[in-house]
Amino acid sequence: MTVGGAGPRMLLCLFNICHAMGSRMDPFEEKLRRLKEAFKTGKTKSAKFRAEQLRNLSRFLQHNSKQLRDALAGDLGKSALESDISEIILCQNEVDLALKNLQTWMKDESVSTNLLTKLSSAFIRKEPFGVVLIIAPWNYPLNLLIVPLVGAIAAGNCAVLKPSEISKNTEKVLAELLPQYLDPSCFTVVLGGPEETGQLLKHKFDYIFFTGSPQVGKIVMTAAAKHLTPITLELGGKNPCYVDDDCDPQTVANRVAWFRYFNAGQTCVAPDYILCSQEMQERLVPALQNAITRFYGDNPQTSPNLGRIINQKHFKRLQGLLGCGRVVIGGQSDEGECYIAPTVLVDVRESEPVMQEEIFGPILPLVTVRSLDEAINFINQREKPLALYAFSNNSQVVNQMLERTSSGGFGGNDGFLYLTLPAMPLGGVGNSGMGRYHGKFSFDTFSHQRACLLRSPGMEMLNDLRYPPYGPWNQQFISWAMGSQSCTLL
Amino acid sequence: MERQVQRLRQAFRSGRSRPLRFRQQQLEALRRMVQEREKDILAAIAADLCKSELNAYSHEVITILGEIDFMLANLPELASAKPAKKNLLTLLDEAYVQPEPLGVVLIIGAWNYPFVLIMQPLVGAIAAGNAAIVKPSELSENTAKLLAKLLPQYLDQDLYAVLNGGVAETTELLKQRFDHILYTGNTAVGKIVMEAAAKHLTPVTLELGGKSPCYIDRDCDLDIACRRITWGKYMNCGQTCIAPDYVLCEASLQDQIVQKIKETVKDFYGENIKESPDYERIINLRHFKRLQGLLEGQKIAFGGETDEVTRYIAPTVLTDVDPNSKVMQEEIFGPILPIVSVKNVDEAINFINDREKPLALYVFSHNNKLIKRVIEETSSGGVTGNDVIMHFTVNSLPFGGVGASGMGAYHGKYSFDTFSHQRPCLLKGLKGESANKLRYPPNSQSKLGWAKFFLLKQFNRAGLLTLLVACLAVVAAVFIKASAKPSRSPRPQLASCLERRDPDVAKWGSGKRDLCGAQLSCQGWLRPNPKLQGSRCLFGVQIET
Repeated sequence: MTVGGAGPRMLLCLFNICHAMGSRMDPFEEKLRRLKEAFKTGKTKSAKFRAEQLRNLSRFLQHNSKQLRDALAGDLGKSALESDISEIILCQNEVDLALKNLQTWMKDESVSTNLLTKLSSAFIRKEPFGVVLIIAPWNYPLNLLIVPLVGAIAAGNCAVLKPSEISKNTEKVLAELLPQYLDPSCFTVVLGGPEETGQLLKHKFDYIFFTGSPQVGKIVMTAAAKHLTPITLELGGKNPCYVDDDCDPQTVANRVAWFRYFNAGQTCVAPDYILCSQEMQERLVPALQNAITRFYGDNPQTSPNLGRIINQKHFKRLQGLLGCGRVVIGGQSDEGECYIAPTVLVDVRESEPVMQEEIFGPILPLVTVRSLDEAINFINQREKPLALYAFSNNSQVVNQMLERTSSGGFGGNDGFLYLTLPAMPLGGVGNSGMGRYHGKFSFDTFSHQRACLLRSPGMEMLNDLRYPPYGPWNQQFISWAMGSQSCTLL
Repeated sequence: MERQVQRLRQAFRSGRSRPLRFRQQQLEALRRMVQEREKDILAAIAADLCKSELNAYSHEVITILGEIDFMLANLPELASAKPAKKNLLTLLDEAYVQPEPLGVVLIIGAWNYPFVLIMQPLVGAIAAGNAAIVKPSELSENTAKLLAKLLPQYLDQDLYAVLNGGVAETTELLKQRFDHILYTGNTAVGKIVMEAAAKHLTPVTLELGGKSPCYIDRDCDLDIACRRITWGKYMNCGQTCIAPDYVLCEASLQDQIVQKIKETVKDFYGENIKESPDYERIINLRHFKRLQGLLEGQKIAFGGETDEVTRYIAPTVLTDVDPNSKVMQEEIFGPILPIVSVKNVDEAINFINDREKPLALYVFSHNNKLIKRVIEETSSGGVTGNDVIMHFTVNSLPFGGVGASGMGAYHGKYSFDTFSHQRPCLLKGLKGESANKLRYPPNSQSKLGWAKFFLLKQFNRAGLLTLLVACLAVVAAVFIKASAKPSRSPRPQLASCLERRDPDVAKWGSGKRDLCGAQLSCQGWLRPNPKLQGSRCLFGVQIET
């Protein structure tokens, strides 16, 4: 009897305990609830709030530039110049651009109407999605978190920021200092590895912005599908770099080497491999050697300008890749420092690992092709890359490469310089991702474009033509009214 | 199926679908198809939904003709590269954003507007230069069969294909890899489509549904509001994704609204609605039963008659509806209009915000401020004020949902963008390598200052002016110095001083290195400002005379 009576109550108790434990085990639930509530109050929607937060972000970048530089140096051995131009300045640029254009971006966009709706006002309202999640990787741990955040703030969203746990120095600075600058009820930094991220992704967000690898991209998209959450995926890929015979090898070598070895090759838009003719290869290798020596000295390991590999796991992976083909430049590595010398490989076979995966390190394989056509075929047989580079004095060669291939972005006769232009979107296509951001594109990414049509409440006579009962004249009239204009009727 | 997709991909790879001329030809062929085979198309739609040909024309055909005309008129502009603003680093280069086709796209249509929901996305896919597979709904089988017959007769068969089939075929189809999927249908299947797309990292546009609220303010012309709502609600027998799903109003308005809708229904469809050629039927028995179920236990103000044989459900209004009842839990998608009373606009806004974001939202009021407030404080795919449905007809507006009502948008220009990749292109020359030295290692403090200068300058007129003034000042200073002390030699020109690291210049100048590797600091007149590093926007140089 007593047992029977206590049973359900005990179960309930147990349930409550489990429930309590469950919520304790899920550290995100409480934070997310708070953000959702804050968004509901509508406080993030005012231009004033957005500008204030952006200015705070700007202050964060300025006040803490030393800590940030140190953290980046600690994580990736970045030199001050690299930290500045690839992280801090670009973030600052985005903040400034957003602050300058906020009012314009936020404005309702008026659009034309057709005859049937001539007396109405039609406009597109840019409204925030709600609570967005931004997941950043470790290779540009500051830039790839802050730049999307600028868009999210400018568009009036609340945001959950998940810096990479691998770049732990930067993660620490972000987790400790960033919340001091931003409104804590609307923005939060969450920490954790794959397990925590998996847990985080179970929650419902209104938008997810992910930068990382295609494999994890698929996991993120699958998780997003459960809640019908729209996503932007910024992934990677093997970015080809075609070098035509008609160009100065030293110039090409300078530009390619710089972009390849920048951040020790750990850049998603870096040229991954070179496609060129056998003759070009022979001219290019000494030129590359020359460039590397000039940039990093005779012993690159002592150069303050060359970064290090993020961790042992990636170091080992890259060390394995050094065995592919034949090393003509570099090839040295030092496990203690996670150092891999700027390396050039030749005689690489397509089936070797270095041509199968994104390299993401200071290794540059040269693959020889006989012609431009062969190069284009080579590229088109593979996944669409995030970036594609072509070098030639002949603009027709560059244009052919551009027209007959597909890639996230394209650089003619230079590396990923287009990233420095906020007027250019950054984003992949196919396996290299979906969606785009930077500047106004970030704002659009984090905004729902809401179609609004305000009709006059009067003039009902004009509507009679669309109401049943229908006669042939309705059809004729509607056709005519719609005819010349860019418009349609249901 | 795999072979089919492979075949299309091959054709796409040939590049045939890319030239503007080709796209225009295909769109013209599509228009010819609609015009020449109008009778067949109308008949097929009529058979699927018991729709009069007049309705079929104005609901579906007219939209497509408008869309094709729009695309043909605007294609050259839409497909052209858009120049991008440059910064100092790229001032001499070509920078633009080039729209390019994605590849092979999949379009999955729905049965409620079986023609338009296939054709309108297809127009966008063709215009953007893609190959496409369309999969019409198997529930509207007449239209599906007709599309499978007609499209290959008019369009390039290697690039565009129609696949018919049910759930099994669609599941199989979704295993294939596409470059974009546009799906129109319901939320549950939307999730399945997106999950399938995730396996191949395929971007998706999901056009889903939802319960689109319609708020009627007290301050409004009820006659007109009810007329417009009646039209939008009972069109296609309520089987419209953006139909007003339910009415929110103050309790005192309820009776008047019922009365006026009742009168309008009579106006529109006559005394005997069953006989009206303008009133459609429910698509199939399953949906008929579902709708019948929604009527159970509700207070029917008028209508409510059903006929299982012909799948007829009369235009119905329900009053005093409990928000927790079944009819308020799912998208109705039938000719049933529940009225839920709220105390005021605040409660209406809360009511809307407590639910999933709808595909459409309607507000009727004379008070523009109130309409704006409702728009401001809620979210939905689209909004029409003082009318229903009409925002769909303006193709300068994007059509699409948000949250549970979908993602992505199409129609007109937005269709083109949906099926395009915006590829940023920066084309430089191979000349002027010396200017690049600033970015190459080894690095120095002064390089940093210059990098900031080049990267941070948003290129605008004010910036240009400052630069110009600075340059002039430098030139003037050099000139003054030069003429003041003619005995000093050698005296290189500023231009060459900027250009090259001349050993003489090194001696002549104070020896500070700048980012070009040149000796720029002509006796300290021009040097990077150390104070400015780390701060925003600097011009990075300071002039001393």
